[in-house]
Formats: sequence, structure tokens, C-alpha cells
Amino acid sequence: MAEERHIFSVFVENRFGVLARVSGLFSGRGYNIDSLNVGETDDPQISHMTIVTHGDAQIIEQIYKHLNKLIDVIKVTDLTTENHVERELVLIKVHAEPQKRGEILQIVEIFRGRTVDVNPTTLTIEVTGDEGKLRAAIDMLRPYGIRDLVRTGKIATMRGGVR
Amino acid sequence: MATTSGANILIESLKHAGVEYIFGVNGGAAMPIFDALYDAEGISLIPMRHEQGAAHAADGYARATGKVGVTLATSGPGATNLVTGIATAFMDSIPMVAITGQVYTHLIGNDAFQESDVIGVTRPVCKHSYLIKSSDEVADVVASAMHIASTGRPGPVVIDFAKDAQIHESLFHYPEQVNIRSYKPKVDGHPRQIAKAVELIHNAERPMLYAGGGVVLSNGCEELRELAIKTGIPITVTLMGLGAFPETHPLSMQMPGMHGSCCANYAFTDSDLVIAVGARFDDRVTGNLDKFAPNAKKIHIDIDASCISKNVPVDVPIVGDAKRVLAEMNKLVHRVEIEPWMRQIDEWKEKYPFEYQQKGDKVMPQYVIEQIYDIYPDATIVADVGQHQMWAAQHFKYTEPRQFINSGGLGTMGFSLPAAIGAQFGCPDKTIININGDGSYIMTIQELIPAITYKLPLKIFIINNMYLGMVRQWQELFHNKRYAAVDYHDNPDFALLAQAFGATGLRVERVEDVRPALEKAKGVDDGPVVIDFIVDEEENVFPMVPAGAGLGDVIRGLA
Repeated sequence: MAEERHIFSVFVENRFGVLARVSGLFSGRGYNIDSLNVGETDDPQISHMTIVTHGDAQIIEQIYKHLNKLIDVIKVTDLTTENHVERELVLIKVHAEPQKRGEILQIVEIFRGRTVDVNPTTLTIEVTGDEGKLRAAIDMLRPYGIRDLVRTGKIATMRGGVR
Repeated sequence: MATTSGANILIESLKHAGVEYIFGVNGGAAMPIFDALYDAEGISLIPMRHEQGAAHAADGYARATGKVGVTLATSGPGATNLVTGIATAFMDSIPMVAITGQVYTHLIGNDAFQESDVIGVTRPVCKHSYLIKSSDEVADVVASAMHIASTGRPGPVVIDFAKDAQIHESLFHYPEQVNIRSYKPKVDGHPRQIAKAVELIHNAERPMLYAGGGVVLSNGCEELRELAIKTGIPITVTLMGLGAFPETHPLSMQMPGMHGSCCANYAFTDSDLVIAVGARFDDRVTGNLDKFAPNAKKIHIDIDASCISKNVPVDVPIVGDAKRVLAEMNKLVHRVEIEPWMRQIDEWKEKYPFEYQQKGDKVMPQYVIEQIYDIYPDATIVADVGQHQMWAAQHFKYTEPRQFINSGGLGTMGFSLPAAIGAQFGCPDKTIININGDGSYIMTIQELIPAITYKLPLKIFIINNMYLGMVRQWQELFHNKRYAAVDYHDNPDFALLAQAFGATGLRVERVEDVRPALEKAKGVDDGPVVIDFIVDEEENVFPMVPAGAGLGDVIRGLA
């Protein structure tokens, strides 16, 4: 069976140990997590996880069912099958001698990024977007020398409606 | 209202939940709980000799009664010793609450004396777990744990209880109701799915029922019997479900799988409709998945959605409680016309019963089981794991649910003696027979002590072939008879050993002594009786579907 990437939106009780239960579900079955993001929701008792994973249809179905089976999981949605928006933020620390700064800032402008830190030899740039945009931005900056690169992992939500 | 200690709140909460017995071993971080139990009324602590035994005893109690079994141990090594017992209950979906003392909250994570991360260690082998760090939480946690353990697909819940929270005082208030927003098991099957299943049943030519432990757990055996008898569809019941449908009934095909009946295995291979109820298509049942029921549509009734289409793709999944779903189906089904199929089933049954060859004057293990059945047909059998377990499953005919208790999923050697103790506490009026192996018996033999202390009339029958027999069988068949680490000829004399413990101990070496010894055991009712049956050493369990083979390729015996 062909492998597919899936994005799961998971609402969980905001309690200690929940993340370990979720990640244990994956590690105990030899499934991979491509990225995982956790944060509080508007209700401080509930956290939201965005989990990006891949596998064949049978594995994805098992992941969905096992996430639902966890006692602390309130709701699971496979966003891949829903109309959704997804974003990721990346911080790129790029080597930037004074004479190259202008070029780099133009690239940042094109990607609607922001410069969040500057010093005599580097610029730290923040770019937000979907996977394709981040890849393009990183590719454009790579020739200048990337010193550090940190990503949030994907966050995603369904378009419209209420959860 | 007066406040009371967290330990007292735990005991009061367990009493509110209907707990009668706690099987445990004392230790430093659990001392306030044992202290609270010391003069508690309406709830008894049964001290076991090893935490693994305590967990299995709670498990055996749960399997025999359907109620939640409770076990209690201290932190660190006490808790880690429980793990095998928790995992055993988890694999067979047994309702259990395992309580462990934990070090003081300010020491958690400090590598304190007898500290272990119990929540971490048990996470993959329990249904859920709680760490109690305040006496305020105790009643709510106990109520939730009991609810989670016993509903949906049952399973063990761990409560790790910090010592200071056991000592601190709070008001006791047991919640009337448990409402966990993230946990709402789906018990009613979807009507459209049920209708689809019924249509398939009515149109099948070669249908079969395949029922497992889930039917027993849901107390749905009456409904299962009604479905089989009303439709006239033949039925196979797994190791975990034995007794869910009486094996003495003409529709019974007995147990399927690796050491199951040829009839059940051939039926799977030829069937055009498999109706699975509370069974999980375990590899020991299906054999090679590519060859499993290749011509059959599959209906799967299970309360755990993640069990459905896990191993075998299913045509009509029905998520729900077996008892409820079966009751709904029974309203819709009628008798099916399947005479040619039934003639085939009857022919297989006639031709390939469970059988064995008598070897000279040896005591054959199957003969011992047959005699046990003949003398104690209504007894509850608690078997251990290995060859004797399979012979006990094959040669005793089970007619009632919960009549056969064993560690099916995890296959835990050493399970049976402590589980039999728990079963006897749960069912004081039943005859509990522990059929054990010489390898498995020695793994938890220390639990003979509480059996004697409490004068439990357990019948402990050891099928002693002086080998780790099932492994030896595989070595004989697949490892050129290289009998590595299975030779148990250095076993002690189990009869003398039983006497040293203070139990009645008998040794049987001749065929003619088998029945008299079993009869004699019947008369011993003031404590356990151990009979060491010295059986043929190299007898194998047949039929056998070798690992990786299809069910149709069953080996009926060695020429």
C-alpha cells in the first residue's frame, strides 16, 4: 500500500503525561511522527496537538483509532480529509556580512518574513507559511550559510465551522 | 464533617465501589494503606508472597467473577514486580485496579529509595493510569479508575499513590457518578450495520460463528447461544472464550487455531461468512493471514474499534458491546438453510476429534485431563501456560462462561496458582482446579503459602513431564531436537515439597493410580491438595498449525 502523509488534529486534556501517552502510541507500534506541536487552547484545561505522520491506509486508520482510544483524548480529526489551513513558523539564522544584508532582506521581503534579530555577522529571520513556502525560503537563504534553523512543527485547523 | 487520611479515603472509596478483597504485598511506601486495611471492615486484605502473585490473584478473581480485581504493592520493586501481572490482565482485557505506593511527592524524580517511575513503566501495558499527589484527589481517582477498568473494553488501571498523599487528611466524598468527557465507550451497534450483517447471515451458504473472550467479558453468552441456536450456524470459541458456548452442543466446533480442532480450522478455510464476536483475529487463531478464511466475508462485532480490520480486513464492522449487538441481531435473524455445510462440519468433527495414542503403560497427559473432566465436569479450570494448557483446553468440555481461566494473550507462565487463589476467593462455593505444568508451577510456587493459610480447597494438578514441554516440542519439530534449556529433570519432588509447605501432596506415576488420586483429592476440603502427575515426557500437542502455515495445513499428528 502507498504511504501518505496525514495531519491529525487532536484535542486532549491538559494533564501531565498526555504527551507521553500519545508519543508512546507511535513508538510502541513502530510508527513515525514527522512533526508534533502541542499548545494550550482557549480553554486552559484543553491542549491541542497537531501531529504529522505518514503510513499506508491501514496504519493511518490504526493511528486514528488508537488516538481515539486514549482516555485523555477528547477529539481526533484527520485534517488531510478535511478542508483545512496549516501553518508552520521557522526561525533561520543566516550568515550575513554587511554587504550581503541588502540581498537577504529582499528575499525576506518576498516571503513576507521578518527580521527578528541582527548582529554584525548574522540575521535571524522568521518566516511563516505552509510547507512549500518554508522550503522555498530556506532554499533561497541556504547559499548565504544557514547557522541555525528551528521549526515549530505544523499547526493546523479546519476551515469554518466550530470544533 | 471530619477529615481522614488519604489512605482511609482510598479504602472507603474501594468499599463504595464494591471491592471485597485486595491482594497485596506490604512495603515502605504503601504502609499507611496497609495500616488503614488492618482494622477495616467489609474489605479484606489477602497478603500474597510476591507482587506478581498478588496481581494474578486479583486478575483471577476478576476473571472468575466479572468484578474488578484489586491489587496493592509498594513502590519501586513492589511496583515493578506487578508489571507482569498488569500486562497479563491488559492482554486479556481483564478489569483490574493496581495500586502502588509511591515515594513522597518532594522525592519523586530524585532517585529516592525504592522509587521507580511507575506511570512510565506501566504506560504501554495498562488501559490508563493516575498519579495521586494530594489526598483531595483520592475518591475521584478511585471512582474513575473503577469506571475505566470495568467499562468499554475492560483493562487494568494503575493508581500510583504518593506516601504523603496517603497520610494527609481530606474530606471524604465519593462521587455519585463518573463523567469523563473524553471517555464514552460506544455500546450500541449501528442499526444499519446490524441489518447488513443479518442480510449476509441469511444469504450465506457456509457461515460460521467465531466467538472470543469479549463475549464473556460483556456477559453476552446467553445472547450468543441464542444466535447460534436460532440460526443453526456452527460455532468455534477461542481459548479466551471457552465455555461461552457449550462444547457439548452439536453446533460446537470447539477451539480454533494453532492447537485447535481440525474442524474449526477447516471450517475457516472453507467458510463463506465468518461472524466474529469479541474476538481479535489473534495470530494464534488465524495462522498465516494470507491463507485465513480466503473465501469468507467477515462481520466483526467488537467494542474496541481499533481491533477491527487490524489483522484481517472486515466487510461489516460493528462497534459495540457484544451482548447488546447480539440481542439486536437475535430480533432479526431466522434459521438458515445450510444442510450441505453442516454435513461437512459433522464429517470433520467425526473424522478428526481431539485424540492421542496411549504409549505402553505411560500416564498420558491427555488421559489425566479426561479423568479430571470425568470426575469434576462442573469445576472451574485455571490453567497455566504451555502444553498442559492446550491439553486442558482440548480434552475438557467447557459448558459455562468463566469455567476456563488462563493467560491467553500474554501467555504468562506462573499465572495459574495465584489466579486460582483469586478465583476461589471470588467463588467460594465452586471447585477450583489448577492445572499446572512443572515449569510454570515453580515460577509462583510461593503462593501455595496463602492458599494453605486461608485453607482454600484448591486442587492443584501438575502435569509433570520434566520439561519446558511446549518449547521442547518446538525444538523437536523445528530445532533438530536440540533441547536447549528445557530439561527439568532436576525438578524437586512436588508432592514432598507440598507437604513441606503444609499442604496435602500426592505423586502419581502409574495409570491405575490416576483416578484414585483424583477421587482422593475430592475429599480434601480444608486446604489445597497438590497431585504431581508424572506423565509421558515427550508427548506433543496435536493438532498443530506450524507458525507461518495456513489453518488448512494443520498437522494432525506425527506418523
